[in-house]
Amino acid sequence: MAFIEIEHLSHVYHAGEEGERRALDDVSLSIGRGEFVAVLGSNGSGKSTLAKHLNALLLPTEGACRVDGIDTREEAEVWRIRQKVGMVFQNPDNQLIAAVVEDDVAFGPENLGVPSAEIRRRVDAALAAVNMTPFRSYAPHLLSGGQKQRVAIAGTLAMQTEAIVFDEATAMLDPEGRAEILSIVKRLHEEQQITVIYITHFMEEAAAADRVVVLDQGHVVMDAPPRAVFSHADELRALGLEVPLAVELRDRLRAAGIALPADLLTETELVAALGRAAESTVAAAGGNAAQERQAEASGHAVERAAGVPAGRGARQQAMPGRAAEKGGDGLGHRA
Amino acid sequence: MLSNITIGQYFPGNSLLHRLDPRTKLVVLFALIVALFLFDQPADYFVMSLLTLGCMLLSRVPLRTLVGSLKPLWWILLFTFVIHLCTTPGEEIAQVWMFSLTWEGLSHGFFICLRLVLLLLLSSLLTFTTSPLKLTDALEALLSPLKRIGVPAHELAMMMTIALRFVPTLLEETDKIMKAQQARGADFTTGSIARRLKSVVPILVPLFISAFRRADELAMAMEARCYHGGEGRTQMKQLRFVPLDYVAWAGTALLFALLAALWLL
Repeated sequence: MAFIEIEHLSHVYHAGEEGERRALDDVSLSIGRGEFVAVLGSNGSGKSTLAKHLNALLLPTEGACRVDGIDTREEAEVWRIRQKVGMVFQNPDNQLIAAVVEDDVAFGPENLGVPSAEIRRRVDAALAAVNMTPFRSYAPHLLSGGQKQRVAIAGTLAMQTEAIVFDEATAMLDPEGRAEILSIVKRLHEEQQITVIYITHFMEEAAAADRVVVLDQGHVVMDAPPRAVFSHADELRALGLEVPLAVELRDRLRAAGIALPADLLTETELVAALGRAAESTVAAAGGNAAQERQAEASGHAVERAAGVPAGRGARQQAMPGRAAEKGGDGLGHRA
Repeated sequence: MLSNITIGQYFPGNSLLHRLDPRTKLVVLFALIVALFLFDQPADYFVMSLLTLGCMLLSRVPLRTLVGSLKPLWWILLFTFVIHLCTTPGEEIAQVWMFSLTWEGLSHGFFICLRLVLLLLLSSLLTFTTSPLKLTDALEALLSPLKRIGVPAHELAMMMTIALRFVPTLLEETDKIMKAQQARGADFTTGSIARRLKSVVPILVPLFISAFRRADELAMAMEARCYHGGEGRTQMKQLRFVPLDYVAWAGTALLFALLAALWLL
């Protein structure tokens, strides 16, 4: 049985009152232990509502949500569910409770009644896992947004949750903070086999997941590996979502007549493919205008990738915002 | 900058007083205040003054800083002294208008002022050598026996913790809102008092709205981390008495005996 099972889940805000709104409509989803699922959707698609069902912060209006076999509507089991599924919220300022970093990380296990020596051990391990050990005695307001979110992650790790839900945890961060969080999430998923449900509207972040679920107006419209989802770039655009830079570029280059695989996903893959295309062009030495243009375009792309200082490569790749801003137009000019 | 402020007047350090358990410090302070009001012989005042001076030196907090904490008391001291000087009956020194100044009034006024000064210095020593967080813990620990008669010890401590956490955040926000209003031509520094008070409203309204939103989100985050009140809760940092604390208790008991003896003589 899957770790999280959602069956025909609907959620209606203000049911029976004025302003009634159906945020989720007949959603069925199952998430296995150890999966890394990204949930994508534009504003009002219901993705945050879905997230809050996963640890019983919201309860289904219709249908059911089960975590490790426990129905979230069982009131007596609420604390057991929240011990299994942790949550990192959007606003880094409004989820830290204590006035010192390590006290905040200890907040969860303290609530669970863990003995104090064990709490100390867990707090140390959790802070180390998110590289925040040097900041253990800082006050939260002295930290950057990304650092605060890392403390929030440590807070759920210290509770030893099996899954962590990131409810747009990077939406309020700068590109650097976003990259930081994403790389920690990836590492926790790989090293500690933590189930990750990553709610976001940044496509590049979703590309890091094993599976992407796309929500639109409370319905699941796509549920597939990122490669498959991003090959439907037109549909994503129609849903009001921006596709990743590499995918956008891939489609424009393909439209311009350059032979590229249709399922390219990352900038690295794109650069490699463009390199191959450029080589074959030079080898053919045709000299017609289209080929020249093609070689030039590839040249720019390679140059841009090479311009990234060593060591920052991975970060740059995982830095969606900045790339997306440069995206569309800027590159349109160059190509 | 608004964000540079520290809360309270904690002076970080590692002196003997800093290392005392905060519960010990609170209880001893309470005992000393009681002693100050109970024993009012000059010899008692002398012992208490010596003790306070000793503690001030032990705390390693600069004397200037400690004495600085008396500043707000200045007018009250003067007022108290003058009142006592003029209204205590006894041997007259001089006649000023309709008041007669007396020797008794002079000494009485002096000792009352000394009492106030010692009181404030001792309390300041507590806040200078104990971080607000430790004070909160101590308060919760000391109040917890009163839970049975309905004192919400844990809730009070949690409120203090959250307040301490959010004071800097809200200050930053105030700063931001003020700048936003100034950018649109608001003026907080000139005009009559009524005008200036009026100009505070556009700061307070967004600040309150945002505070309520924060409270809402914070409550949800606390629930997500299994917070369900003080019941069955453990603590990572447990307060533990060290030999130093036993010394402090014994010292306080002896001091009480000494003061009482001097008082009865």
